[in-house]
Amino acid sequence: MDTKISVKNLDAFYGKNKVLKNISIDIPRNKVVAIIGPSGCGKSTFLRCLNRMHEVVGGTITGSILVDGEDLTKTDPVLIRKRLGMVFQKPNPFPTMSIFNNVAAGLRFNGVRNKKVLAPIVEKSLKQAALWDEVKDNLEDSGVNISGGQQQRLCIARTLAVDPEVILMDEPASALDPISTSKIEELIFELKKNYTIVIVTHNMQQAARVSDFTAFFYMGELIEYDKTTKIFTNPANKKTEEYVTGRFG
Amino acid sequence: MINSEIQPDIENSRVEINNTAVRPPGFFKKVFGTYNLGDFIFERLTLLFAVLVFLLVILMGYEMYVGSKISIDKFGWSFLTNSVWDPVQEIYGALPIIYGTIVSSFLALVISVPLSIGIAIFLSEVSPGWLEKPLSFLVELLAGIPSVVYGLWGIFVLVPWIRTDVEPFLSEHLGFLPFFRGAPYGFGMLAAVLILAIMILPIVSSISRDILRSVPQSQREAALALGATRWQSTKIVLKDAKSGILGATMLGLGRAVGETMAVTMVIGNRAVISPSLFDPSYTMASVIANEFTEATSEMYLSALIQLALVLFVLTIIINAMAKLLVWSMERKLGTR
Amino acid sequence: MNPSKFFHVKRKITSAVMMSLSLVATLIAVIPLILIFYYTISKGITYLNIDFFVAMPKPVGESGGGMANAIVGTLMLIGIGGAIGIPVGVMSGTYLSEFGNNKFGATVRFLTDVLSGVPSIVVGVVAYTLVVVPMKHFSAFAGGIALGILMIPTITRTTEEMIKLVPHSIREAGLALGIPKWKTTILIVLKTAWKGIATGILLGLSRAAGETAPLLFTALGNRFWSTNVMQPMASLTVYIYDYAKSPFEDWNNQAWTAALVLIIMISMLSLLFRIITRSKFKTK
Repeated sequence: MDTKISVKNLDAFYGKNKVLKNISIDIPRNKVVAIIGPSGCGKSTFLRCLNRMHEVVGGTITGSILVDGEDLTKTDPVLIRKRLGMVFQKPNPFPTMSIFNNVAAGLRFNGVRNKKVLAPIVEKSLKQAALWDEVKDNLEDSGVNISGGQQQRLCIARTLAVDPEVILMDEPASALDPISTSKIEELIFELKKNYTIVIVTHNMQQAARVSDFTAFFYMGELIEYDKTTKIFTNPANKKTEEYVTGRFG
Repeated sequence: MINSEIQPDIENSRVEINNTAVRPPGFFKKVFGTYNLGDFIFERLTLLFAVLVFLLVILMGYEMYVGSKISIDKFGWSFLTNSVWDPVQEIYGALPIIYGTIVSSFLALVISVPLSIGIAIFLSEVSPGWLEKPLSFLVELLAGIPSVVYGLWGIFVLVPWIRTDVEPFLSEHLGFLPFFRGAPYGFGMLAAVLILAIMILPIVSSISRDILRSVPQSQREAALALGATRWQSTKIVLKDAKSGILGATMLGLGRAVGETMAVTMVIGNRAVISPSLFDPSYTMASVIANEFTEATSEMYLSALIQLALVLFVLTIIINAMAKLLVWSMERKLGTR
Repeated sequence: MNPSKFFHVKRKITSAVMMSLSLVATLIAVIPLILIFYYTISKGITYLNIDFFVAMPKPVGESGGGMANAIVGTLMLIGIGGAIGIPVGVMSGTYLSEFGNNKFGATVRFLTDVLSGVPSIVVGVVAYTLVVVPMKHFSAFAGGIALGILMIPTITRTTEEMIKLVPHSIREAGLALGIPKWKTTILIVLKTAWKGIATGILLGLSRAAGETAPLLFTALGNRFWSTNVMQPMASLTVYIYDYAKSPFEDWNNQAWTAALVLIIMISMLSLLFRIITRSKFKTK
C-alpha cells in the first residue's frame, strides 16, 4: 500500500484532558478514508490534528504525523495547511469577499496578486468543485449570497485553489440538504483521482458510499481500521459491529 | 491495527505535554521550527501595544505623584482637611474644593437618577417599539454635545433663568431653609447641580435601560401571568436590577466628579464652604481648569497636580465600584 | 363596590400613574436637549457667514472676523490624537481579542476601563507634565497626545468586541488555507469587523473634537494662524470657552457660532464614516 500520511502514537489534549489516545494509522494515497464514530469520540479532533488546526483552539499533541515521510509536528503549521486543505462542517465563505476573491484568497494572501494568473486557477477550481456553471456570470457577487450547498462547494473550490495534496473534510454535508449532499459526494468521487481525502462523517451510509477505507473511533481510541466493505459487512470488533448496525451512537 | 492501550493517568500526561516538540519550544525553535515567523512577530507586536496601554495608566499615576511631590511633602494629609486655599500665601487646603465636588455631584445624582430610572422604565417596559429607537437616539444625542457647549448654554440661558426666576422663587417660598438664602447671583452651586444633572442623564439612563433589558423576559411574564399589573411586574424587574442600577449611578457619579468645562463656567469658582446653593463654589476639576495656566510658583502648580491626583484616585475607586456592581448583577442573572 | 374589586381598581390606577410618570421623566429629559439645540442653532446661525470659516479672529474691540485658525486647529488636533489613539487602540484591542485570554489581558481590560473613567482634565495634567514641561512650552503636539490618550479606551474596547463578533469559523477558514495567522487576522478578520471598529474610531474622534479641558494647558490656544505642531494651536472648543467668558457681546455671539460649527463638524464626521463604511455588496 502506498502510504500518504502515517500517524504514529498520536495523543491529543485539550488542557489536561486527553481526547485522543495513542492513535496509529496509515492513510493511503489517492484513496478516501472515512472516520466514523459517535459524537465526542475524537474524530474531528483527529482530523484537526492532521493540519495542526487543533492547536488553534489551544490544544496540544504528542507523537508524530508523517506526510510523505516528513514530520508535520516539526514544521511551520502555515506550510502544512497549504498541503493539507480543510473543508468544514458549516460552509464558511469569507463574507467580505466576492466569489472570485473567496476562491483566490489562499493564493492572493500568499503573494499571488496578478489577476491573469489567478483567473484560470479560479476557473479550474470552481470547475473541479462543480460550481463553475452556476456562478460564472456573477463572480463578483458576495460569497455569502448563494445557497448553502453552493457555499460549501465554494469552500471546496477555495481549498482546491491552493493545490493541496490532501483534503480533510469535517462532516462536509451535515448542514446541507439531500440534493446538495449527493453533489458533494459525487465531487468526492471525482476528487480522489488526484487527491488523498480524509472525511469525518456521522452518516454511515455516506461513509459506505464514498470511502475506500473506514476507521472507527470510540472514546478517543482507534478501535478498528480496515477496508470499508469489511467494516460494514464483517467487522472484527464487537463495538464496531454494534455501531455500524446502529445499536448505539 | 487495533489500539487498546490503557490510558495513562492525567498527571502523567501533563508531564508529557511539557516535553512535546509542539509546545512550548525554545525561542529558536519557535521562530524557525514549528512556529510561523510572521505570526510570532504579530503576536509580540500587538502585545507591545497592550503593554503600552498598561504602562500608560501606571505612568499617569506616577507622573502626577512626582509632579505633586513638593506639595505632598509640605502639606501631607492636611491637604485634604485644611479649608484654606490661598495661592497668595501659598497655603493649599482642598477641603472646600472637595466639599464642592462631592455636594455638586451628589445633588446632581439626586435629580438625575430618579429621572434616569423613569426613562429606563419607559424605554424598556412601556414604550411601543416604534418610539423606542428615536427616543434612545435623542438621549444619545444629549451625550454627544460637547461639555463646553453645555457651559455656553449654562452661562447665557440657564444662569440668567436661575437668577431671575428660580432663585427668587426658592428664597421666597423655602427661604427659611439655610440652603436657599443669599443674593441671587445665578452663578453658583445650583446652576452647577442642574447642568451636571442634565449631563449625566444620558449615561445613567442608557446603562439602566440596558440593565433592565438584561432581566429575562420570563420574569415579567411570570409576574403578569399571576395577575400583576404593569407597575407590579416592573417593580420585580427593578428589584432584580437593583445592583446594576446602582452601578449605573456610580458611573454617573464618576462622570459628575470629573466633569470640568460646564461646571467651571457656571459654578462661580470660589473655594468656600457654604450651605446655600445660591453661593458660588468650586470643584476639583474646575480649580485645575481655571488656575493651571495662572500657577506661577512651583508650589502652586504642585498643589494643582496633587488635586488632579486626588481626582484620578477618586474616579478610579468610583469606576471600579461601578464595574463590580454591574458584574455582580450580571452574575446573579447569569446573563454573562 | 366590594373590597377586592376596590383593591383591583386601586392597583390599576397606581400602575397607570407610575407608567405615566416614566413618560413624564422621558419628556423632561428631552426638554434641555431641545433648548440647547434651539439656542445653539438660532444664536449660532445669526453670526454664521463665510468670514467665520476663512477669516482670522479680530483683535479685542473690533467686530467681525472668523475662526479659520481654530477650525483647522481642531482638525489638526484630532488628527494628531487619532494618529496616536487609533493604532494603539486597534492593536491593543486586537491583542485582547486574539491573544488576551489570560491574566495580563484581564489586567489590560480593567485598565482600559479605568482609563475611560479618568476625567479628561486629569489627562490634560498628565500631558502637561509629560510633554509641556520637558519641552518648556505649550504645543499642539501635547494637546494631540492628551486627545490620543482619551481615545484609546473607546477604540480598544470596540475593536476587541467587534473582532470577537467575527465567527471563529471565518478565522479557521483562513488558517486552513495556509494563510498565516497575522494575515488572517488583518486581511480577513479585521476586514470583516472594520465597520464596527470604524464606528468606535468615529466615536473616539468626535468625542475628542468636543474636548476642551485637556487642551487648556497643552495646546493652549492661539490667536494667529499656525499649523506648527510644536507651537500652541487654536481650537474651536477653547475659543468657545474664552469667548463665552469674555465681556464682549460680539465675542459671546461668535461663541454660539463656534458651538454650532463644532456640532456640525462632529455630525459631518459621523456622516462621512457612514458613507465610507457603506457595504460593497448591496444585499445583506
